[in-house]
Amino acid sequence: MNDMTPIKATTPKDWETDQEVRWCPGCGDYAILKAVQRTMPEIGATPENTVFISGIGCSSRFPYYMETYGFHTIHGRAPAVATGVKLANPELDVWIITGDGDALSIGGNHTMHLLRRNLDCQIMLFNNEIYGLTKGQYSPTSRIGTNSPSTPYGSVDRPATPCAFALGSGARFVARGFDVSKNLPEVLKAAHAHRGAAFIEIFQNCIVYNKDVFEDFAAPKGAEDQQLWLKDGEPMLFAKGLKGIALDGDALELKVVDVVDGDWQAAGVIVHNVTNRSIAHMLVEMRFGEFPMALGVLYDDPRPTFNDAVVEQNRAVSEGKVADLSNLLVKGQTWTVADGPEL
Amino acid sequence: MATAFKDETGGAEAPTQSEAVVIRFAGDSGDGMQLTGGQFTLSSALAGNDFATFPDFPAEIRAPQGTLFGVSAFQINFGSSDITTAGDRPDVLVAMNPAALKTNVGSLREGGLIIADTGEFSQRNLDKAKYTANPLEDGSLAKWQLMAFDISALTLESVKPFGLGNKEALRCKNMWTLGLALWMFGRKRQPIIDWLNAKFAKNRVLADANIAALNAGHAYGETAELSGPLKQYNVEAAPAEPGVYRTVTGAEGISYGLVAGAQLAGLKMFFGGYPITPASAILHHLARLKEYGITTFQAEDEIAAIASAIGASYAGQLGVTSSSGPGIALKGEAMGLAIMTELPLVIVNSQRGGPSTGLPTKTEQSDLYQAIYGRNGDAPMPVIAARSPADCFNCAIEAVRIAVRYMTPVMLLTDGYIANAAEPWLVPDMDAYKPFPVEFMEHVPESGRFLPYERNQWGGRPWVKPGTPGLMHRIGGIEKAQNSGHIDYSPANHEMMTKLRKMKIDGIADDMPEQDVTLGEDSGKLAIVGWGSTFGPIHQAVRRQRAKGQDVHHIHVRNIWPLPRNLGDLLKRYEKIIVPEMNTGQFKTVLRDQYLVDARPLNKVSGQPFTIAEIEAAIEQALA
Repeated sequence: MNDMTPIKATTPKDWETDQEVRWCPGCGDYAILKAVQRTMPEIGATPENTVFISGIGCSSRFPYYMETYGFHTIHGRAPAVATGVKLANPELDVWIITGDGDALSIGGNHTMHLLRRNLDCQIMLFNNEIYGLTKGQYSPTSRIGTNSPSTPYGSVDRPATPCAFALGSGARFVARGFDVSKNLPEVLKAAHAHRGAAFIEIFQNCIVYNKDVFEDFAAPKGAEDQQLWLKDGEPMLFAKGLKGIALDGDALELKVVDVVDGDWQAAGVIVHNVTNRSIAHMLVEMRFGEFPMALGVLYDDPRPTFNDAVVEQNRAVSEGKVADLSNLLVKGQTWTVADGPEL
Repeated sequence: MATAFKDETGGAEAPTQSEAVVIRFAGDSGDGMQLTGGQFTLSSALAGNDFATFPDFPAEIRAPQGTLFGVSAFQINFGSSDITTAGDRPDVLVAMNPAALKTNVGSLREGGLIIADTGEFSQRNLDKAKYTANPLEDGSLAKWQLMAFDISALTLESVKPFGLGNKEALRCKNMWTLGLALWMFGRKRQPIIDWLNAKFAKNRVLADANIAALNAGHAYGETAELSGPLKQYNVEAAPAEPGVYRTVTGAEGISYGLVAGAQLAGLKMFFGGYPITPASAILHHLARLKEYGITTFQAEDEIAAIASAIGASYAGQLGVTSSSGPGIALKGEAMGLAIMTELPLVIVNSQRGGPSTGLPTKTEQSDLYQAIYGRNGDAPMPVIAARSPADCFNCAIEAVRIAVRYMTPVMLLTDGYIANAAEPWLVPDMDAYKPFPVEFMEHVPESGRFLPYERNQWGGRPWVKPGTPGLMHRIGGIEKAQNSGHIDYSPANHEMMTKLRKMKIDGIADDMPEQDVTLGEDSGKLAIVGWGSTFGPIHQAVRRQRAKGQDVHHIHVRNIWPLPRNLGDLLKRYEKIIVPEMNTGQFKTVLRDQYLVDARPLNKVSGQPFTIAEIEAAIEQALA
C-alpha cells in the first residue's frame, strides 16, 4: 500500500460546480469565470486548498460557480474575512473576488489595509464602472457625466483609478486585464506566482447598465493601437511597434513617441521593469486617449507577507514557553487560604 | 455591613475593630489614583480581606490639571465578611486637591473621614474647583471629620535626598498617601516596595524616591502624635473557601475564560479587535498569550475585526471579537452573516453609557436590546451576561461551549464596571472542567452525500475546514436551502430556515441549568430580578432586608437568551417583581414580553453602579 496520494492533474471541467450560472447572458463575468477555470489546472492548484471569498455584487456570485471552498460574504468585507481565513490557515490559496463598488466604495478601507499589510492572496477586482446588481447606479469608477438612476443629470464626482489606489495603498503587485482578453490567464498566473497581495483590475463589460464602456480599447478592431501589453524586460511598444512609451525627463512624465525603422532605442522607449515603482506610478495614471491602455503586469516586486510575519512572531514568542493554563492563572501575586477550622 | 467604620474608641492606642471599610482615593488624573487604589487592593487581598473595587476615571487621558472634570477616583470596599459591591458611601475620602474634594465629598457618609492635602488648596486650585472660599477653613465640612495637612510639602521633604525636580518629586505624593493608608489599616509595606522596585527597575532613583515617600507616609501615621481622627483600624481576614486566590478584573476573567474555552474545545483562537474603551484590555491581555495558540489581530475597524474572526472560524479556529456598544453596532451586519452561515463566534460587549459615544468610561447595561434584537432580519443569537469579574471566567467558557456546539455566534455581555473592577478569585482547578472537543467533518458521511446544511442533534450544521478533500462547498449570507446549502429564495424554504434557526437557539435552553433562586425561596411577596453587574448591590440589599424579616428574594439571570426554561413559572410565584437595571428598563420589558408578568422597573442611568441603599429603599417601598 502506498499512502502517498498522487496529485491528480485537474482539467477546467473539474473547477465547475453543478450550479446554474445566474449572470445576464453576454455578461463579461462569464469570460472571466472561464479564464479562471482554465488557469487553475495550469498553476497546479487543488480544489480543496483553494478558497474564493467575495463581497456583494454581480461579480461576488463567482464563488458559487467554482468547485472549491467558497465564501460569499457581505458588502465590502471580503478582504477582512480573507484575512481571518489566511491567518487561521496560511496553507490555503485565497482568491478575493470583488467589484468597483464593493472594493473601492463600501469596502475601500479593507482593500487599502489588506494591500498595506500584504496578505498573501489574489484580489480580482471586476471593474464595470457601474452598480449592476442594484440596477445601474453610478459607481466610484464611473466617468464624470455618467447618467444613471441616481445621477439622472450626469455624475459630477471624479472617479477613482483602481490600480493607482492599489499602488498608493502599498500594493507590491498590480496588473490589469479585461474580460474577453486572451491574455487574462497569463495575468492571473503571474498574480498567483507573486507571493503577497496581488491586485488585478479586470475591465468587465456590463451589457445591461454600462454596455461597451471599454470598447475604445477592448474591441478587437484597432486593439493594436489602443492596448499597451507590458512585459518585463521588453520595450513598451504598441501599434505594431510603430509607437512606444518614453520618459519626458524635463516634465517627469510619460509620453508617446514614434518609432522609426524599429529603432525603439533611438526613440527612447522605456524597457519595462516590473520592479520599478516610480514608472509603475506613471503607468497606472496614464490617461487613456492620450495614451494607450496599460495592460498586463504593471508592477511586481514582492516583499515579506503579513501572514508570514504573524506566523513567525507567534512562533518566536511562543518558543520555550509552556501553554499551561493552570500556571497562567496563578501568575503574579496570589495568597492561600488554608484548610482549617471555621474562622 | 459595609459601613461599620465608626469612631467608637477614644484613644489612638488600640486599633479600632471594623467589619468593613470603604475608602475612596480621589485626585487629579495625573495624580496616580488608579495605581494607588490598585496597590491598596493588593494589600487588602494579601491581608485576607474580601473586597470589591470601583475605578472611576474621566474619558480624557490627562484633563487640564485641577479641574472638576479631570478628577479620577478609585473606591474599594474591603472587609472581614462577604463583600459584593464597592460600597455605597465611603467611610474615608482621600482628596488630593479641591476638585477631588468637591466632586466626591457628597457621597462620604456622615461622620466619615476626609484626608486632604492642604498643599493643593491654593487660590488658583480653589478657583478651578469653583470654590468661593476654602472649604477646609470655612466650616462647610462640619458633618465630617477632617484631617488636613500638607501632604505635598511632606512628600517633597521625604524625597529631598534624591534630587528630583519639583514636578517629579510631587508625583510621589500618591505613594506617600498610600503609605499613610497602609499604616491606618495595619498593612505590610513590603509587597508594595517589591512592586515599586519592579516597576522602576530601570530607574533606581525613582524607585528609591517612591519607596521613601511610601515609608514617610507610613511613619507619619506611626509617629505623629495626633489626637485627631487619624487612627489605626483593624479589619480581620474574611472567611473564605480554602485554596489559592488572586485578584481578577473582568477583562482578565474574560481573557482567561476564552483561553480556557478554546482549550476545552481543542481549538486555536483567533481574536479580531479594534481599540475601544472599555473593551481594549481584553485585546491587550490576549496579545501576550500567543503560546496558547492565540492569534490576535488589531483590525482596521470594528467591521474588519468581526469579519476576520468569522473568516478564522470558517477556516477552523475559534473566532472571537470584542468591543463596546458603538463598535457592536458596527458589527451588526457581520453578526447576521455568522448567524446565516452558522459559524461559531464569540462577541464580547463591554457595555458603556450610550447612545453614540455616550460615556466611554462609565458603566451602563443599556445594550441589552442591542444584544438580543439588534440585527436585521429574524436573527436569534444566544446572550450570556457576567455578574462579576470572577464570573467572567465561567461565562466566557460557556459562551465558547454554546458557540461550537450549536454553530452560532454568542454575545457575552459585561460592562465598564466589571471590566475594570477587581475582586478576589479562588483560582479554578482546570481539571474540574469537562472538555467539549470539536469534531470537524473530515469525510463524506456514510450516507454517501455531504450536505453542508444538514442538521445534527443540536440543530447545528457540520463544521468543515477548507483544505479538507472532497468536502468543497460554498456558504454565504444569501438564504440557503436546508441540507444542500444552495442559494434558495423560495418562500417555503425561507420560512423553514427562519424557524430552524430560531428552534436551534431556543433549544439551547434544554442544555443549560434551570433558573435558581440566588437568595431566598422559590415563591413569596417580592422577587428582585437582576442580570449582569447589578448582582452585588441587589444581593446585599436583599440580604439586609431579609435579615430584617422582609419577604424578598433575589433571582439573578445569567442566560439572557434563550431564557431558562422555568423562569416564567418561577416569576409567577411571586406577588411582585422588581427589575433593577442600569438602563431605562430593557430586561423588564423582555420579561413582560416573554411571560406576561408585571415586572416593575428600578432604573439608574447616571453612569454609576447602584448603591445597596437605593435597592433597599425600593424593597421597603414595595413591601410597605
